[in-house]
Amino acid sequence: MINVENVSYTYPSGINALKEVSVEIEDGAFVAIMGENGAGKTTLVKHFNGLLKPNEGNVTIDGINTRELSIAELSKKVGLVFQNADHQLFCETVEEEISFGLKNFGFSDKTVKKRVEWALEILDLAQYRKTSPLMLSGGERKRVALASIMAWKPKIVVLDEPTLGQDQNQKERLLQFIKQLNTQGNTVVLVTHDIEFVAECNPRVILMAKGEIVADGPAKKNLTNRRFVKKASLILPQITQIFNELADLGLPKDVIGTYEAKQLINNLIKGEQ
Amino acid sequence: MSVFDGLRFKRTSSPVHQIDPRVKFVTSCIIFILAIMFTELLPLIVLLSVQIPIVYIARVSKEWFASLKSSLLLAIIIFVTNAVVGYMSSDFKLTSSTLTYSVSMTLRFITLVASFSIFFLTTSPDDLGLALEQSHFPYEFSFAFTTAVRFVPVLANEAQMIIDAQRSRGLELDKGSFMKRIRNYLPILIPLIVNAIRRSLELAEAMESRAFGAKKTRTSLFSLQIKIRDLLVLIISLFILAASIYVRFNIEIPMIKIPTF
Repeated sequence: MINVENVSYTYPSGINALKEVSVEIEDGAFVAIMGENGAGKTTLVKHFNGLLKPNEGNVTIDGINTRELSIAELSKKVGLVFQNADHQLFCETVEEEISFGLKNFGFSDKTVKKRVEWALEILDLAQYRKTSPLMLSGGERKRVALASIMAWKPKIVVLDEPTLGQDQNQKERLLQFIKQLNTQGNTVVLVTHDIEFVAECNPRVILMAKGEIVADGPAKKNLTNRRFVKKASLILPQITQIFNELADLGLPKDVIGTYEAKQLINNLIKGEQ
Repeated sequence: MSVFDGLRFKRTSSPVHQIDPRVKFVTSCIIFILAIMFTELLPLIVLLSVQIPIVYIARVSKEWFASLKSSLLLAIIIFVTNAVVGYMSSDFKLTSSTLTYSVSMTLRFITLVASFSIFFLTTSPDDLGLALEQSHFPYEFSFAFTTAVRFVPVLANEAQMIIDAQRSRGLELDKGSFMKRIRNYLPILIPLIVNAIRRSLELAEAMESRAFGAKKTRTSLFSLQIKIRDLLVLIISLFILAASIYVRFNIEIPMIKIPTF
């Protein structure tokens, strides 16, 4: 459980990135934090594993204030996967890269081996175990970065811009992976401005702008609200745009997912026949 | 990264910013020469204090003081080394002249940092490049130099992101024995270097696709021109240099001595 209470944060350079933000993320939740560049999304999630400590207010993870724990202790619970995989890959092989975090946390050799195998398997990297992570393609490097965090099975997984630079196929696989993670009981926090991707996930959506939360609620409500979406400098998902145009046919306007859209159109066609 | 902050250009407009970079460079060098010329306390104090109004005119006082602060450690090392050597060579007595000399040496160092800090704080990398180019430096060199200056903040920023990423993977930088602590920096240095190389290759390709080096002679959109104001600054600086040389060789400088306790 992540509890953010009236948190304000100003960078040493003077940029006021968060203004009295309060949000609660319960265990097992699936949350997407969205908003334009500089809205404060990444600043907010950096508070979850203690990389940043609030200037004002409190952040608690499972009831413990982040000020009282080290980044390492917090990271064991909150796995933060950064946007750019190139900022963390440094080992000679993918295997070593994945075991880096496990060794830092002091897992036994046997467990390290087991977890590396497991992480290689779930992210479909087994064939690259002995390859240098730097020789892999962009999408594969991102998967190695993700695997290197998943390896110690953090309870809360925070993904910063996971879809950036990924092709449609990889996005689809990522979507399945995230959904699976969530059904297994992990808390998943996505930071993104890929509205199409979020529309397919259908999580709780927190919209941010200029260091403040402008809307917090189900995707179906927030992503179909023109005013909210505009405030976060996004545009409506394509499906919602189509259903807005088709409102004359008596179709609802708040449609975001392909599955729901298909059902509605099917019903419409059947009704006409 | 505070060491670099004191050398990072601050984009404001002030009379000091507008002075021709070449003239500013010559002036900084003159301060450098003067600081080397004198070992007495009085001229060094004067040299340091004349810079203070300039800093306020240039509106870079905050950054300037920051750069002085970051040079403090080296200044202390210089002071201690001089004092210790003087102490040992004068029969293990802390004499007044040893102390005075140590303070002068420290002040000399601070004066040098101060003058070049003003130069870098008030000269944009573009102006610097133009100045080098118009002083007939080969363009490749001036380009490499300005690019290096410009990429310092980018690298600093990237280093911070890498540190954040690795700490999120449980890396604890200040834990373990001395050797372990050094090894702890490998996960930060490797991505930093790899990314820097990758970026430089990308930069080279991007430049080549914009016809870098296609012609031997380049034209510039902007060109630097020495104005009357610049000439005035130059003449005053040169006059001060000449006068100081005269003073150095012909006039006894009043001694300020630091008493021993």
